[in-house]
Amino acid sequence: MAELWTNYLWPLLLIVVHSVAVLLILMTAIAYILYADRKIWAAVQIRRGPNVVGPWGLLQSFADMLKFAIKEPIIPDGANKGLFILAPIVTCVLALSAWAVIPVAEGWAVADINVGILYIFAISSLGVYGIIMAGWASNSKYAFLSSLRSAAQMVSYEVSIGFVIITVLLCVGSLNLTAIVKAQDTQWGLLGWYWLPLFPMFIIFFVSALAETNRPPFDLVEAESELVAGFMVEYGSTPYVLFMLGEYVAITTMCAMCVILFMGGWLSPIPFPPFTWVPGVIWFTLKVLFVFFMFALVKAFVPRYRYDQLMRLGWKVFLPISLVMVVIVAGVLQYTGLAPK
Amino acid sequence: MIPALFFYLFAGVCVASAVMVVASRNPVHSVLFLILAFVNAAGLFVLMGAEFLAMILVVVYVGAVAVLFLFVVMMLDVDFRELRRGVGNYLPIGALIGVVLLVELLLIAGAWAIGPGLPKTTGLPIPTGITNAEALGLVLYTRYVYFFQAAGLVLLVAMIGAIVLTLRHKPGVKRQSIPDQLLRRKEAIIELRNVRPGQGL
Repeated sequence: MAELWTNYLWPLLLIVVHSVAVLLILMTAIAYILYADRKIWAAVQIRRGPNVVGPWGLLQSFADMLKFAIKEPIIPDGANKGLFILAPIVTCVLALSAWAVIPVAEGWAVADINVGILYIFAISSLGVYGIIMAGWASNSKYAFLSSLRSAAQMVSYEVSIGFVIITVLLCVGSLNLTAIVKAQDTQWGLLGWYWLPLFPMFIIFFVSALAETNRPPFDLVEAESELVAGFMVEYGSTPYVLFMLGEYVAITTMCAMCVILFMGGWLSPIPFPPFTWVPGVIWFTLKVLFVFFMFALVKAFVPRYRYDQLMRLGWKVFLPISLVMVVIVAGVLQYTGLAPK
Repeated sequence: MIPALFFYLFAGVCVASAVMVVASRNPVHSVLFLILAFVNAAGLFVLMGAEFLAMILVVVYVGAVAVLFLFVVMMLDVDFRELRRGVGNYLPIGALIGVVLLVELLLIAGAWAIGPGLPKTTGLPIPTGITNAEALGLVLYTRYVYFFQAAGLVLLVAMIGAIVLTLRHKPGVKRQSIPDQLLRRKEAIIELRNVRPGQGL
């Protein structure tokens, strides 16, 4: 019995506590990231943004959530009920489960697994199911068209994201996220991170991340001028909140991936004492927020792509460039002897 | 004890959802149950310590192949009562394939039971102390490199075939040509004229 406790129950309890802590912090962070998104967007357009609920509108996200939660969920008559309700849950749960492997500081991951990066890649490729299921189960033309667009878009950009990840993995020699960050720990600090040597891949990853999470300028899934509200058109109240939550968690995950792959994770940008004393989790958070700020600026600045332009960018521009870069990086690593042993 | 518990959980759900793939009335539900079966198979791989294969299974089969299945099935307007009418005709063939599979599985299990050392002689010994990905890479790119290349060529041929079958150049369709747009110069397309008031061009 004592063995059962030490081998299984105690680690299980630790994992549960750890997961709940991560989820709580993440949810609160998402509330403010949503607020930041709206504020940045407003600032670019010289508006004031949300400013009524709480001081400077700080409680806006909570008010919105409360409003959605107390409304009646409506299920359309022709909808496939089971799948209609399952779709937002799938989206939200998959998006949240990606955070199980993300190391926010050294050793601060719920599960530090060997194939961490593949796990995140797998989870983000599963995210498309929530959208397809929602589109089909709604039994509505707009929702269905939008989910078809979305599925094609996510599958296309996953290809280039996969190649970008492969180039980083070639430089690291491990699939473990902690090892990826540690490989960037050089004496040059900021300049030793992978964004500099792999700069084209960094740009491709950033743009593909926008497309993968259906952010503007690639938000054709919910292009309101053509498709009303896309696959979410039949949804309201709590199921809709779950979609929004899933979407923003996926965006934060992509920002975190960007930070881990190219911006040195929890490492300090300037590698000497006053800066290295700052806990890693603070650097990590600051970097994630910086990447999210860029995401928000792109949303505010760039007009929406047309669908054929989106497909052209994915298949005819990013795919060849990333494929050639995989070959170049592999060749350089092999012939200069820099390849990880 | 706990790994056994998880094994029966994953295996049970896997078999149950495989049955539902065949049994469910709605084709979209069938595909979704197929996906559930894939995910549970990935869980079984993780239990065996093959985490790399598990993740690849999810990325390739669930993330890409099943999406295409779902795409096709969702857009087809299939009347399933019509389709089910012919089920009896295919029953003997299905039963035959099932029996063949069962016999093969029994043979594998039998080999295991008769000579426990036997399965080890057919495969390469699994090295200890290195991760899955490394272990796979070490045999895939050395001993099996030609098979690996051949598999790649087969896929390439399939891809070229698909492109050849679907590529059509319709006359009279206006397409956007990005290089042409970028090559346009201001001098060639804009003409500045000094227009006198009240005269026009």
